[in-house]
Amino acid sequence: MTGIDSPTDEHWVDPEIVRPYVVTRGRTQPMHGRFDLISMALAVGAPPGPDAGLDPEHLRILKLCREPKSVAEIAAHLDLPAGTIRVLLGDLFDRELVSAQEPQSEVDMRDMKMYRAVLDGLRSL
Amino acid sequence: MVFARSERPRLPTAIKILIAGGFGAGKTTMVGAVSETRPLRTEEVLTDRGIGVDDLTSVEAKRTTTVAMDFGRITLNNDYVLYLFGTPGQERFWFVWDELAEGSLGAVILADTRRLADCFPSVDYFERRGTPFVVAVNCFEGASTFELDEVRLALQLDPSIPIIMCDARKRDSSREVLIALVKHSARLRAEPVST
Repeated sequence: MTGIDSPTDEHWVDPEIVRPYVVTRGRTQPMHGRFDLISMALAVGAPPGPDAGLDPEHLRILKLCREPKSVAEIAAHLDLPAGTIRVLLGDLFDRELVSAQEPQSEVDMRDMKMYRAVLDGLRSL
Repeated sequence: MVFARSERPRLPTAIKILIAGGFGAGKTTMVGAVSETRPLRTEEVLTDRGIGVDDLTSVEAKRTTTVAMDFGRITLNNDYVLYLFGTPGQERFWFVWDELAEGSLGAVILADTRRLADCFPSVDYFERRGTPFVVAVNCFEGASTFELDEVRLALQLDPSIPIIMCDARKRDSSREVLIALVKHSARLRAEPVST
C-alpha cells in the first residue's frame, strides 16, 4: 500500500475528534435513559473481572466513581466530551456497575427543605 | 484490594447555579473562588434545534456545536451537591443556554461596570425564561464605582431583583452572592412550609 497515501494525507483526520467516537464504537446516545450534565453516578456491585469485556475508559469511570461524581466531572477528568461519557455510563448502568441519581428537577425547586440545606451548606463554607 | 468498598456513600442530588455575564466579567474567577477544586472544563456537543432554520431547504436545519464550559463543585452535605456553571459567553452559543438553564436553581449575572452593556443579553434571557437571578457588580481594581442604583437604572431591573457589589476573586464575597441568589430564588419559588 506504500505510495498510495502521501505522508501529508496520513493525519487528515483529527484524532481529538475521532477518539470519542472510537471509544463509544460510533454510538452517540446511551442505550437507556439520558444522563444530564449533573446526573450523579456511583460505582456499585462487585468489581468487574478482566473477562467482563470492559474498555479502559469504563474502568477509569468506575475508579473515579468510587465517590459520587457528575457526568460533567467524569468528562473533565477523562478529557472526553460529555456525550461520550453518557454512552459509557449507559453501558455500566446496564451491567449494574453504577447507580445513578437524576438532578433536582425544576418542579422540585419549590421544596423549601432544599433551599434551607443549600443555605446552610453555603454558610458553613 | 483496589476496588474494595467498606461503606458505600449515598448518592447525593445535584443542584446547579449558572454564572453568566459578558466575556471577561469574571465568571470563571467566581467559579474558582467558591468551588472546592480549581475550575474544571467539560465539552458538550449540542444541537441547535429549530433555530436558524435554513430557508433554502425543506428539512429542519440542525447544527451541532461543541461548547466548552467551566464549572466547579461545592459539596453541601450528604444529600446535596452544588455545581456552578459558567455560561459560554459568546453570542452564537445562546441556544445552549436552554439546556443549561433547565432545572437550575437560578443565575448570577456578573456585571463589569466598564462594559455594563455586555450583561444586557443575560438579563434579557433570564427575565424571559423566568429563571430567578441576581446581579453581582464585580468591582475590579480601578473600576469606577457606580452606585448600585445607577446600575439598576441602566439595566432596567425590577426593584425586586437583588443587586450586590462583589469581588469575584474573594471566596467570602462570592459566597455572599450565592446566598443572596438562593434566598431570592426561595422567595420566588419555594412553597411556604407550615411548621
